[in-house]
This record gives sequence, structure tokens and C-alpha cells, in this order.
Amino acid sequence: MLKRALLAAAICAIAAPAHAQSGGALEKIVQSKTFSIAYREESVPFSFIDSSGKPQGYAIDICLKIADAIKEEYKLDKLDIKYVPVTPQTRIPLIANGTAQVECSSTTITTGRMKQVEFLAPTFITGTKLLVRKGSGITKIEDLQGKTLLALGGTTNEKAAEAEIAKRKLDVKLVKVKDHPQALLNLEQGRADAYTSNDVVLYGIRSMAKDPSQYEVVGPFYSYDPFSIMIPKNDTDFRALGLRTMSRLIESGEMRKLYAKWFEPGPTNINLPISPDLENAFKLFAFPD
Amino acid sequence: MNYSWDWGLLFRSPHIDWLIEGFRNTVVMAVLAWFIAMSLGSLIGVMRTLDNPVAKRVGTIYVEIFRNIPLLAQLFLWYYVIPELLPAAAQKFVKRDMADPQFWTSVVGLGCYTAARVAEQVRSGIQSIPRGQRAAALAMGFSTAQVYRYVLLPIGFRTVIPSLTNDFLGVFKNSSLALTLGVMELTAAARQIEEYTFHSFEPFAAATVLYSCVTLLVITLMRVIERRTRIAGSVGSGR
Repeated sequence: MLKRALLAAAICAIAAPAHAQSGGALEKIVQSKTFSIAYREESVPFSFIDSSGKPQGYAIDICLKIADAIKEEYKLDKLDIKYVPVTPQTRIPLIANGTAQVECSSTTITTGRMKQVEFLAPTFITGTKLLVRKGSGITKIEDLQGKTLLALGGTTNEKAAEAEIAKRKLDVKLVKVKDHPQALLNLEQGRADAYTSNDVVLYGIRSMAKDPSQYEVVGPFYSYDPFSIMIPKNDTDFRALGLRTMSRLIESGEMRKLYAKWFEPGPTNINLPISPDLENAFKLFAFPD
Repeated sequence: MNYSWDWGLLFRSPHIDWLIEGFRNTVVMAVLAWFIAMSLGSLIGVMRTLDNPVAKRVGTIYVEIFRNIPLLAQLFLWYYVIPELLPAAAQKFVKRDMADPQFWTSVVGLGCYTAARVAEQVRSGIQSIPRGQRAAALAMGFSTAQVYRYVLLPIGFRTVIPSLTNDFLGVFKNSSLALTLGVMELTAAARQIEEYTFHSFEPFAAATVLYSCVTLLVITLMRVIERRTRIAGSVGSGR
């Protein structure tokens, strides 16, 4: 009797993880009636918290549309949204281990990241540039010879800057910061000469400075960064639903309206008209039903 | 969980170099900070046991300030606030001209924080000695400095070696906070490998093993010191 109970327990123990693995994100969402959205606290205007501490932004809005689609498709009476704060360092493991089902911020699609996660359609297209103090004479990465450059650890921009520095054999001191406000603080205190990040993000940070007119975004693009929404790997059903939702958003013109809401000029006054690249990307990812 | 393991990446260049550099920075930073902590902490600890009310007060204020503010906040204060209060020339030196400002700020911050903890250990070590010993030494004609040098400190330090081990270990573990200022120490190196390879579990496992090795080494070292310095018939010698 005892032996049989032990055997049953052992079988359950072996079978349980296997079962959990086969269930994709959708099954988890439908069962728990909770949709976990990973967000960033300072990636203006993609994913950030307002003064009341509520996550919002362009990417969050797109993810909320995905939540609506899940609710409709599975006829759920309710779907709670759970917000999970992430940083560039934690976003990939937290999606890979299932803590959140979507990551909605300013994450660049890279093939390297695809070893651990997958992406939906592009939401924005930008590239690496530099934020410097006006009148510093820095207009490109070569001007940083012997100077200090800040970069956010774990970003594609850091890698792009490092590659440029190595390629040109420059002597630039690269200091890592943990978030955008810390980078701005370092710049404002005169501890560094430039901060490298995505063009659009740099405009967002500049708008947070005490005196934005003292800073400018310079340089050619040092990288090509298409942003997207990150989802767990090997989850075909969830990916299909995400892509379908985004296709419909583009088709119906709602995507364009979301863009206008956040960028033209947007609540943070970023005032960035849609680029032809992004318009084309939208067209490419508007798959028919 | 969908995760593809790859332990080999730890031994590939440049990942292995980052780990070595990070490990070296952690050890150097912790040892330097411990040096500050022991010297400053012993001084403050002694001050708290003196009869002089000013010295006592200064020691108490130091300990209360440094042990009640979280270390992370202290590091940020050292790095972002204190330099702003300096005159312009010194400010420029601290922020830009000094070699590796993040590293040295972390060493000082970590050292001053740990000093408060060491001070408390030293004070309790001295106060654990029966009052009669101090009185007897004074009666023998010792000056206050001699009382400490020849009577109180030799016994007091021996008494607190086991609890000092904790703080010595703490300084290694706390040094990981220096990554918030941008120091490439062991945890930062593990993070950097994660950022470049998108493998998070392997580098952090490696960091855990390295931290454990160094702390085990410290424990062994302190045990040896404890045994070597033991005086027959005094505290802690009954084994």
C-alpha cells in the first residue's frame, strides 16, 4: 500500500514538470486569467511610469491590445493585468522563465537574443547616437578620444559603441550605468562627456534634463535598432496571436493612431514624426488573416 | 522553462577574461576596504571606550551614522553628493582626473561602512575585559596608551576574531554593490556575460562558486589566525 502511494507520488513528481512545460503562455494566461506585462520604468515614451506610479507608454498600449485580443478569443469574463518591472539586465531571463508573458518597452530585435526569446512585429525603428552637452564640440564617436562615454549595460547600443571604439582604435573610457536617469545625472555632474543610446531614447532623456536646451543628440547612426515586443521562445500559438493582433492593428489604422498619440508630439513632447522606415515595416507586417 | 545550457561559454574569450578581471577587482576592492575598516574601525572602537567624553561622542556619532544608512545609499552619497560639496579644483580631480573614480569611491565607501561594524566589535571586545584589568594596569603606572597597547587591545582583539570574520566576509559580499557605480567587479562581470550571451544562469553560477571559494578561504584564514594567537587559559582556548 505504502509502496504504491510512493510510486504514485514519484510518477506525479516526474510528470508534473513535463506537463508544465507543454502548457504555453496562452494556457497559463487563460487558466490564471492574468496577463503579465514586463515594463521598464524609464524608457520614455515606450514604457515608463507616470507620477502616480502606473506603467504606460506606446509599447504598453500595444500589449494591452494583445490582452484585449486574448480576452476576446478565449471569451474570458475578465483578464487581470499584472505589471512586472524589468531592467535591460533582467528582461530576458524574466521572459525566458515565464515570470512575464510579454515584454513591452524599447527592446531591439537581435538574432542573439533569439537564442532565448522571440519577437513580434517591429514597433519602432531607430539606431545608436550620442547625447552630449551643447558646445562640447563632440559630433561623432571619434571626438571622444581620451574622454568618458556612458552606456547602459545590456543594451545593443553599448555593444555598438564598443565595436565602433575597437574598430577605430580609440581610447575611450566606457562607464556603465544602470538606468537612463543615472546617465543623465552623470552628464549633468560633468562626470562624463557623452551618453550612448538609441536616438529616440536620447530625445526622451534630454526632455528629462533640468535644462534640455543644454544638451543635444549628435552623430550618425552607429547601429540599426528595430524595436519589438519580446515573448517566450517556442510558443507558436502565442506568437501567432500576437502577430495577428498587430496585423489587425496596422490594417485598421489603430497602430498609426497609437504612434500619433505617443510621438506626435506625445505627452512627453518628444515630437517625432513617423519615419518612412517604420511605415514600411508596418506594411510588411500587416499579414492578411 | 525554455533554456539552452552552455557551460562552455564561461571558458571562452572574452568571457573568461571578464570573470578574471571581475574576480581580481572584487578581491582587491574588498582587501583595501578591509584595510580601511580595520584601521579606522579600531580607532573608532577604542575612542568609544575612552574616558574622554568628546572622543566617546565622536565615536558614537560615527558608528550611528555609518551603520544606520544603507550601504547602497552611502555609495551614492560618496559618489554623487560629496564631490559636489568640494571646491572646484578638487571636484574636477575627484570626478575626472583621478584614475578610476568609481573604484576608489567604492573602496572608501565600503571601508567606512565596514569600519562602523568593526568599531562595534572592537568596543565590545574591550568592554568584555573585566574592569579590574584596566585599573590594575593604571595602578602599575601605565599611561592610557600603554594600557591599550599592552593590556586591553591584545585581549580584546583576540576575543572578537570570530565575530570579525563575519565582517571580513561581509566586505567581500557587499563589494558587489560597487557595480551600481560602474565598477567591473565579479557580479558586474557575470552580468556582462549575461548581456552578451543571454545566458544568465551559467555566469551567475560561476560567480557564486568564486564568491564561495573566496569566503571559504577567508574563514580558513581567520581560523588559523584565531588558533595561532590563542593564549592558553584565556577566552576561546578551551578546545
